[in-house]
Amino acid sequence: MNSPSTELPRSMAIYEQFHHISRWGDGFDSNNTGSSAIVPADVGLKNKAEYISCEQVEPSISDQETNKPTDKIRRRLAQNREAARKSRLRKKAYVQQLESSRLKLAQLEQELERARQQGIYISGASDTGCFGLPGTVNSGITAFEMEYAHWVEEQNRQICELRTALQAHVSDIELRILVESGLNHYCNLFRMKADAAKADVFYLISGIWRTSAERFFHWIGGFRPSEILNVVVLQIEPLTDQQHLEVCNLRQSSQQAEDALSQGVDKLQQSLAEGVASDLCSGNYKAQMVDAIDKLEALENFVNQADHLRQQTLQQMVRILTTRQAARGFLAMGEYFHRLRALSSLWAARPRESG
Amino acid sequence: MQCQTGSRGSYVATTRTTAGEPLERIERLASENAVVIFSVSSCCMCHAIKRLFCGMGVNPTVYELDEDPRGKDMEKALMRLLGASPAVPVVFIGGKLVGAMDRVMASHINGTLVPLLKQAGALWL
Repeated sequence: MNSPSTELPRSMAIYEQFHHISRWGDGFDSNNTGSSAIVPADVGLKNKAEYISCEQVEPSISDQETNKPTDKIRRRLAQNREAARKSRLRKKAYVQQLESSRLKLAQLEQELERARQQGIYISGASDTGCFGLPGTVNSGITAFEMEYAHWVEEQNRQICELRTALQAHVSDIELRILVESGLNHYCNLFRMKADAAKADVFYLISGIWRTSAERFFHWIGGFRPSEILNVVVLQIEPLTDQQHLEVCNLRQSSQQAEDALSQGVDKLQQSLAEGVASDLCSGNYKAQMVDAIDKLEALENFVNQADHLRQQTLQQMVRILTTRQAARGFLAMGEYFHRLRALSSLWAARPRESG
Repeated sequence: MQCQTGSRGSYVATTRTTAGEPLERIERLASENAVVIFSVSSCCMCHAIKRLFCGMGVNPTVYELDEDPRGKDMEKALMRLLGASPAVPVVFIGGKLVGAMDRVMASHINGTLVPLLKQAGALWL
């Protein structure tokens, strides 16, 4: 044990010597009345464990106590601040982790719901009971989904080919081939949709097979022909007067046909609602269900007629226009849908404000 | 097998139910007006086709087969005529068969429906 001559160095020397003991020792109220209040609680417990070992040392340093606590207090305050700061940082990190996990959970739930809606044809849990042949229902829609994905890829390839051909000023004969391919490609789509409608017409009507922006414009299971005409016509000017007249007539007759089909679907909705809602209080619904199934089968007819209208409109458009104009028309149409699909992706990926 | 019950203009009510009779009745009814639609009152596609003609300013003559005592036979005859089901809606313009909804829409889109209607006197400029 040291015995320094001056008071200050002595206290410091003793402070050094008893450094590791004093950290535990400072927690004892009986020895450090001034500092007891500022010692952190977690040190207190350890202090009690060391009490007996420190007690022997205490009498010899009692006369330096007035100097030691100041340094110890300051040191302890610093340690407290540090510990509190670290604790706050840990808490903040934990909360941030919770927040991002919460967001991730919401996203996963959304994906799951989407996959569930599409994948219900794979799991075939609740819907297949009404159809009797679960295998048929499942495969019809999953087959359509795969084929449609390929259809979109092929569509994008055709758009590129059209753009290149138009910029390169290829001959009309070559353009004709591309226009025919474009028309055929749409006919293929309508054929695929007819099969899907047999499998489950609600799937087509819901538009879940299309992207979100496309779905905004959805009309009886697909695009609205008169809307597409409006989009295309602006891109293929100049038109002759005769062509202008024919395009106007086409737009008008397409709109009239669309209105007629829409009214038919409205009537079907009304009829279905009345049928399902009859005699609600009795709770007995078997007869209503049979009647409703018949009505729902009529919906398939409407989707088929709507696709038929789409096909007829496209064919008439090709008839009215020159080969070059028709090529530009198909390019415009393809690019329009491509942009709507891209818009849907951008929209889905946009940064959202955290709550 | 056709059963001759007299010329179109002199149809006589009879209790005989031979194969040709419903079809002849259909043809007779179809020739009486410019635009004739055979329909079923609960059919929504029939409603759509009626709305299409009304929307164009045409006033079609509609026969609801479910409200006709001989409607069932006429439906069967129409099915044979069209070669497909469902039998309704079916449209006749100027006494001539145009067809079901798809044929009507196709002819409207390709521009042949309006001249046909004008020719039959169902539409004026």
